[in-house]
Amino acid sequence: MEALIAIAIGSLTASGVYLMLRQRTFPVIIGLTLLSYAVNVFIFAAGRIVPGLPAIIAKDAAGYTDPLPQALVLTAIVISFGMTAVIVLMALGSWLEAGHDKVDMDEEEETRA
Amino acid sequence: MMSHWIIAPVVLPAILAPLIVLVMRNDLTLQRIFGLAGTVALGAIAAALLIAASHNPPEAYLLGNWPAPFGIVLVLDRLSAMMLMLTAILALGVQLYVISTDWDARGRHFHALFLFQLMGLNGAFLTGDAFNLFVFFEVLLIASYGLMIHGAGKDRLRAGVQYIGFNLVASTLFLFALATVYAVTGTLNMADIAVKVAALPEGDAALIRAAAVLMLSVFAIKGALVPLQFWLPGTYANAPGPVAALFAIMTKVGAYAILRSSTLFFTPDSPAIGSMIGDLMLPAALVTLAIGAVGVLGATTLQRLAAFAGIASMGTIFTAFSAFTPAATSAALYYLIHSTLATAALFLIADLVTDRRGSARLDARPRIAQQGLIAGLFFVGAIALAGMPPLSGFIGKLLVLDAMRGDAPLIWTVVLLSSLLLILGFARAGSVLFWKSHATGEAPEPGHASEPLAFISVGALLAALVALTIFAGPVKDWLDLTATALHQPAGYIAANQLPWVN
Repeated sequence: MEALIAIAIGSLTASGVYLMLRQRTFPVIIGLTLLSYAVNVFIFAAGRIVPGLPAIIAKDAAGYTDPLPQALVLTAIVISFGMTAVIVLMALGSWLEAGHDKVDMDEEEETRA
Repeated sequence: MMSHWIIAPVVLPAILAPLIVLVMRNDLTLQRIFGLAGTVALGAIAAALLIAASHNPPEAYLLGNWPAPFGIVLVLDRLSAMMLMLTAILALGVQLYVISTDWDARGRHFHALFLFQLMGLNGAFLTGDAFNLFVFFEVLLIASYGLMIHGAGKDRLRAGVQYIGFNLVASTLFLFALATVYAVTGTLNMADIAVKVAALPEGDAALIRAAAVLMLSVFAIKGALVPLQFWLPGTYANAPGPVAALFAIMTKVGAYAILRSSTLFFTPDSPAIGSMIGDLMLPAALVTLAIGAVGVLGATTLQRLAAFAGIASMGTIFTAFSAFTPAATSAALYYLIHSTLATAALFLIADLVTDRRGSARLDARPRIAQQGLIAGLFFVGAIALAGMPPLSGFIGKLLVLDAMRGDAPLIWTVVLLSSLLLILGFARAGSVLFWKSHATGEAPEPGHASEPLAFISVGALLAALVALTIFAGPVKDWLDLTATALHQPAGYIAANQLPWVN
């Protein structure tokens, strides 16, 4: 279980970083999304992985799983969802304005204002 | 007594901003009146909190009255009160400038975004909970995304995509750091983290060190510490002038977060952390200073010049932070106040110049309207940022140098040489912009609206620097007490009333 989750976080992060370093906005955004998936699983694992135990008080519970990371993940998901929406719109706007979707700005663009 | 006022700097803009969007979205005059009233009210609240924090020990505000560490707390201490006051002063200057130059008419919802930005900043300075700090970072960032592309345009949108991309990566790293801290200490309340890290079992030292470095890298991205400063020049140079001026406080959020975390929970006193942070920060800070100075010398536009001057000032601040002594911290805080106001003033002056010349490039062009006055303001701003006497930049650098005598040969050389480069860079920019215009021999640019309020707001920011110079003695005494309190966080921890701390 631990190994599986660790591998999942690792491969999500690696693919995320690779895609983020691409030149076009679309793969960059996908990369950011993968990174945020990786961190969500990571936060979840920070509360220790315990299968089959409740997060809320129950009479017949043998033990509990830590509910706080679940709340944190929820916050993180909401925020990263919103932020992804913002960057998608911005990327769309800059593609429509500039006519291409390269992430880098060249010298002339940087110094023109 | 004061307790409920602690949350006012967050609640007031949180109520006012949606009201502006929903009720006044078609009436710019109403937006201006309410936006300005909100900023003035924030200034008054910040002043009251500043007075309260100067006389009382740190005070915690329990949200929902849940006891710490189970609920989220806001903590008011001298440092957070000072940052609130600085934000309010800067915001007032920028907002007056925006209203005078009609920047808020070039796009929609400027004043609402501006207030949301202030809400995020105030929250980040007040919160005593590490995850809540992340949330307020996101609040201030999402408002800053909107402000950065205010008025739109191709280059601004493309620079905006880069800016958002950088910050999304930073947010992801922040979450990784927070999750690691939580996994090791089992808490996210900053005071509780401090207690837990101080008594950490030896086996967990490596994990908490990894978390500390991750978290400090996130704050270093915000604070534009080399090698994480790449986002800053492009963002600031392409943002609207007054927004770039407001962003002068954004790098200071990074500085504040580094100072808070490295004096409260990742302290050099705890065996798990040791001198690691200072050892990493000093070389990075000196390189930041050097890159800022070289950037000023090589800048091709006035906006990039101001951005690099901002990077150089962050270098000075982080150099002083890395010593972790009360004297150095107090010097750094003095320089922080100075550089926030000076950088903002320079961005506003750059906007005045660009607006009249029609181009930001540093090249010889015909005279502009009100050239003499603008040149005078630029001269004062340049003196302040380069750290020449008689303004507060000089006093700030002197205090930093005095506090860093331990490593004098290296640090003094870098600081003094970079100051020389800054003077050269500003002198070059000023002479090209204002003196060579006479040599072109062409007819002056046509007239321009006189915008007295814009000049008053730039003048007011520069006047604040003069006041900071004249009252350097009392300010320094106050900052000394602040720095001493920061380096002995017992008061801050006690304010949280943790059940396991007497």
